[in-house]
Amino acid sequence: MPELDAHERARSFDEVAVGYDADMALAEAMRCLQCANPTCIAGCPVNIDIKSFIGRIIDGDTKGGVEVLKARNALPSVCGRVCPQESQCEAACVLAKKGEPIAIGRLERYLGDSDLSCDIDSRCKPDVAAPSGKRVAVVGSGPSGLACAGELSRLGHAVTVFESLHEPGGVLVYGIPEFRLPKQVVASEVDMLREMGVEIVTDTVIGATYTLADLREELGFDAVFIGNGAGLPTFMNIPGENLNGVYSANEFLTRVNLMKAYDFPHHDTPVWRGRKVAVVGGGNVAMDSARTALRLGADEVFLVYRRTEDEMPARREETHHAREEGVQFKMLCSPSQIVGHEGFVTGMTATRMELGEPDVSGRRAPVCVLDSDFVIDCDTVIMAVGTRANPLLSATTPDLGLTARGYIVADEDGATSISGVWAGGDIVTGAATVILAMGAGKRAAAAMDRWLRVPG
Amino acid sequence: MFRIIHKRQLSDAVFEMGVEAPAVARKARAGQFLILRVDETGERIPLTFSDWSAQEGWVRFIFMRVGATTHKLTHLEVGDELADLVGPLGRPTEVGSGRVAVVGGGVGAAVAYPVARAMCAAGDDVTVILGARNSELLILEDEFRALPLKELIVCTDDGSAGRKGLVTAPLKELCEAGALDHAMAIGPAIMMKFCAATTREFAVPTTVSLNPIMVDGTGMCGACRVSVGGETKFGCVDGPDFDGHAVDFEELMSRQRVYVDDERSADAEYSKGCSCHL
Ligand SMILES: Cc1cc2nc3c(=O)[nH]c(=O)nc-3n(C[C@H](O)[C@H](O)[C@H](O)COP(=O)(O)OP(=O)(O)OC[C@H]3O[C@@H](n4cnc5c(N)ncnc54)[C@H](O)[C@@H]3O)c2cc1C
Ligand SMILES: Cc1cc2nc3c(=O)[nH]c(=O)nc-3n(C[C@H](O)[C@H](O)[C@H](O)COP(=O)(O)OP(=O)(O)OC[C@H]3O[C@@H](n4cnc5c(N)ncnc54)[C@H](O)[C@@H]3O)c2cc1C
Ligand code: SF4
Ligand code: SF4
Ligand code: FES
Repeated sequence: MPELDAHERARSFDEVAVGYDADMALAEAMRCLQCANPTCIAGCPVNIDIKSFIGRIIDGDTKGGVEVLKARNALPSVCGRVCPQESQCEAACVLAKKGEPIAIGRLERYLGDSDLSCDIDSRCKPDVAAPSGKRVAVVGSGPSGLACAGELSRLGHAVTVFESLHEPGGVLVYGIPEFRLPKQVVASEVDMLREMGVEIVTDTVIGATYTLADLREELGFDAVFIGNGAGLPTFMNIPGENLNGVYSANEFLTRVNLMKAYDFPHHDTPVWRGRKVAVVGGGNVAMDSARTALRLGADEVFLVYRRTEDEMPARREETHHAREEGVQFKMLCSPSQIVGHEGFVTGMTATRMELGEPDVSGRRAPVCVLDSDFVIDCDTVIMAVGTRANPLLSATTPDLGLTARGYIVADEDGATSISGVWAGGDIVTGAATVILAMGAGKRAAAAMDRWLRVPG
Repeated sequence: MFRIIHKRQLSDAVFEMGVEAPAVARKARAGQFLILRVDETGERIPLTFSDWSAQEGWVRFIFMRVGATTHKLTHLEVGDELADLVGPLGRPTEVGSGRVAVVGGGVGAAVAYPVARAMCAAGDDVTVILGARNSELLILEDEFRALPLKELIVCTDDGSAGRKGLVTAPLKELCEAGALDHAMAIGPAIMMKFCAATTREFAVPTTVSLNPIMVDGTGMCGACRVSVGGETKFGCVDGPDFDGHAVDFEELMSRQRVYVDDERSADAEYSKGCSCHL
């Protein structure tokens, strides 16, 4: 897919991957073998009929292609951009063996974007069933909540989404940066939900503004879906972590994405613009933080990870982009202390690691090399070392069954320990992916629909 | 959505504002706060409830003009709307400790007022110590006088109202007299630090209401980290009230200064296009 030049883009918040035009999409679609046994479909967590949507592109039937996508995935423009396709649908394509899988994600994005570029009346809008007379509340407007809301609304229920922040989208708006997922894409998808009749109420914290019980008893909702994500940042508990210039990835990305600190002072929220930035972690969140720091003008950005690049959980495309743009990888290093002067970060001490025996996850565990401490000169540290369940809602909902680590216990369909309450997405699985969260929202919607339609 | 229905200037740079927010008003408790955004490009800033009415569906807060956002806020009038207002956030202040001194310094008096009122309602024996640099900066004196307090002690640095001197002097006297089961200090970090140092000598349990920099106010970002008893806590969800004898005030004050230069430039930028002389 065409991309902006690495040097040019590393200073700009414009989207890195430019996207296919109609000719490129057709050329790529034509490579698809239209297999009798399309193995690609099983590789997609929501089993999109990939063969059919590609077939529609070949036939020049863009609208038909969008319909095939939307039957399974409410946010194709989003998933086409952020799904880890290389380990999902594309890995399962028969052509992957030859190392040339069909670029399924890019084709999905092409169709999704062509739908978004229409004015709202001519966009592909699912048929909405006759009103059921039932009202459902959805907590959180991340991918799980949005998918659940869209599906319930299609099935004829009146849906209200409650979001604690001032803008809907969850991680899609506060976490994933503009250069990977333009916020306009998310806003257009949300507009479509509104068009279908979903009501979105921002600035409302469930557990504070209303409790879960209030939603049912006072506001009269018949059922509730909880998709509040796993948004509580963790730190490493090493000395110096509260110095100025140390951020959680969540804070750093929220300031830049949601609050648009890159446009300070036209937007009022500031962010510390480091010259030398150390990002700790090896996942997508770490890559996003490192690439964002470059775009804010850092001279040097280091990615500090305690294993090697092979063990890094980030998508290949993201590590590749990060390296191309100039992020320096410091592998097999574990931070032991952050040092500062007059309250501000001046450096980070790290210990060299080597890979030992495989641990429970099957990955070779890093072990410290004795007396190998060294200092990384930096003025900013971004901790991208994972998130936990946020207890705000569960703390005021005593009957809600939780795991030892505070995640909500839910069955395959998302049913929780409270009758009439479902949950899905990161708050059930722990930090996962957009498509898994959407799949969970959609499955829960189907189960909720069955439950709501039982007479009496 | 969040329509301003009340505005009153309390001193040169301190204003009281009332906003329609029925859902928030029904849940607000003393010691909790809200987060607002003035407009679509605005910063999210936390302000404590100074009053609210569940019946009439409004909340009030008192703010001091210190930077760009609070400056913008001074220019809004009754009938205007805020882009966003969310709450109630944080844990309510614990009441029911018996003989309590509530110290309110500067704009901290705004937070001290609902706290003292809730304590009175819970049957506590409440002494309020109000402090300000001078009489012009003293706020809410009449409101405090209307509460069933045991005593109201006013202090100013220059003696232009009440006693001359710092709030720690009467606080110390109360401690010495053995007249306190609990103290609560609300105001600038430096004032809270000295109040906590004063009561520590007498082992009077002391709560402080911390004001670290915040973004979301729901536990999602960690901007509001404070060290309490050697542990990192999130001010927005674990607080804002903490044990004053365990708080690392130096760290709090340092963290409050992280954006000082940016904030100055933001306010300068905003003030360029602004005709007021605040
Ligand atoms: C920086 C970053 C990059 C990522 N990159 C990728 C990627 O490239 N590909 C991929 O597939 N996945 C990626 N992920 C993971 C993916 O974004 C998440 O798995 C997904 O967003 C989870 O969706 P969710 O609906 O469960 O929760 P979230 O997206 O977290 O949404 C939860 C929403 O609920 C709101 N909320 C929370 N509590 C309450 C409450 N009490 N009341 C009301 N509202 C509440 C929150 O404000 C939020 O808007 C990334 C994550 C991050 C942080
Ligand atoms: C829980 C809590 C309750 C508060 N209650 C009140 C109150 O009732 N009345 C009142 O006048 N003030 C209160 N504050 C402080 C108030 O939030 C700041 O004065 C305000 O954010 C300043 O914004 P500004 O843009 O006008 O000024 P800026 O120029 O941006 O900042 C001036 C100073 O305010 C602080 N500050 C800035 N941004 C934030 C932020 N997002 N969160 C917290 N502090 C910040 C910093 O210390 C900064 O140096 C409270 C703060 C907290 C955390
Ligand atoms: S939703 Fe994701 S995994 Fe499924 S086909 Fe689309 S890009 Fe592939
Ligand atoms: S497996 Fe690959 S080639 Fe076959 S239908 Fe799917 S995308 Fe086309
Ligand atoms: S303000 Fe974000 S966690 Fe407290």
